[in-house]
Amino acid sequence: MRKTITLLLLPCFLQGCVSIPEGAFKLQQSTLEIRKMQTRKFDTKNEIELLSAGAAQLQDMGYIIDETEKDVGLIVASKDADATNGAQIAEMIAIAILTGVSGPTDKNQKIRVSFVTIPAANNPGSYLARITFQRIVWNDRGQIARVETINDPKIYQDFFSQLSKAVFLEANQL
Amino acid sequence: MKRIGSILPVLVLAMCVAGCENPNRHILGDTEESQLQIRSIQTRVFDTKDKNMVVRNIVASLQDLSFVIDKADADLGTVTATKLSGYQIRMTVTVRPKGETQMVVRANGQYNNHVILDPVMYQDFFAVLQKSLFLTANSID
Repeated sequence: MRKTITLLLLPCFLQGCVSIPEGAFKLQQSTLEIRKMQTRKFDTKNEIELLSAGAAQLQDMGYIIDETEKDVGLIVASKDADATNGAQIAEMIAIAILTGVSGPTDKNQKIRVSFVTIPAANNPGSYLARITFQRIVWNDRGQIARVETINDPKIYQDFFSQLSKAVFLEANQL
Repeated sequence: MKRIGSILPVLVLAMCVAGCENPNRHILGDTEESQLQIRSIQTRVFDTKDKNMVVRNIVASLQDLSFVIDKADADLGTVTATKLSGYQIRMTVTVRPKGETQMVVRANGQYNNHVILDPVMYQDFFAVLQKSLFLTANSID
């Protein structure tokens, strides 16, 4: 009896006590590597030109511009896209055949991106451009399957190689 | 008696839930801490006149911490960003001039649907920012 009351009271005490993942606001060992992956240096004095090239590149990739603030060198964009993954569906079919229960598979995703320019501290007359991608993925039952930062190096390489063609400037590695 | 015994915990739970769960209490803030206390946890002062440089470094620091920037305003000195990493953290950071030679930086954050009040989280954030600014983060008086 006493045990039951304690158990029932527990949720009331738990509420309000939330633990944030430790290190959520700490630089990680991988921070520098990720920064290098997401950043390129452009030898230009024209920040606006670099920003608008970034906007044009995002449009080429099907993104909708959500926000811009040229005085801090920022472009925010997003797009809704399909998230169907053939391998995942095959896996779910196999599981369904074996167990008779089918699980959810990814269906839609919203990709968000911010493109930021900043004067290069050590090289006056050049700007750094940094791009970061993240996404929310929903499954075929309409539930959020996962939320994540995209850290695939190829995506960043491809973005910058296309951007450097657009601005007729070389995208230099840090 | 036995019957009452089995109903009692349910009643206690119902009362408990009724007492602490009112959605309106979140509208104007629902924290035990005083507003002054929260402000001091979330605020630092930097010795610089350059507001734009501070805003740009806030953006860079947030990017280093895997945030994607949602919006920014150079004149108002506000930056809002979201981190998605299995969880969601939203942050707003504002910069206001203090006198002629200082900038006050205030940060507030939300973890999933909870206000972030842990002082360590803000210490960590300002540690990253001061490194990026090459300036010392001073507590507000």
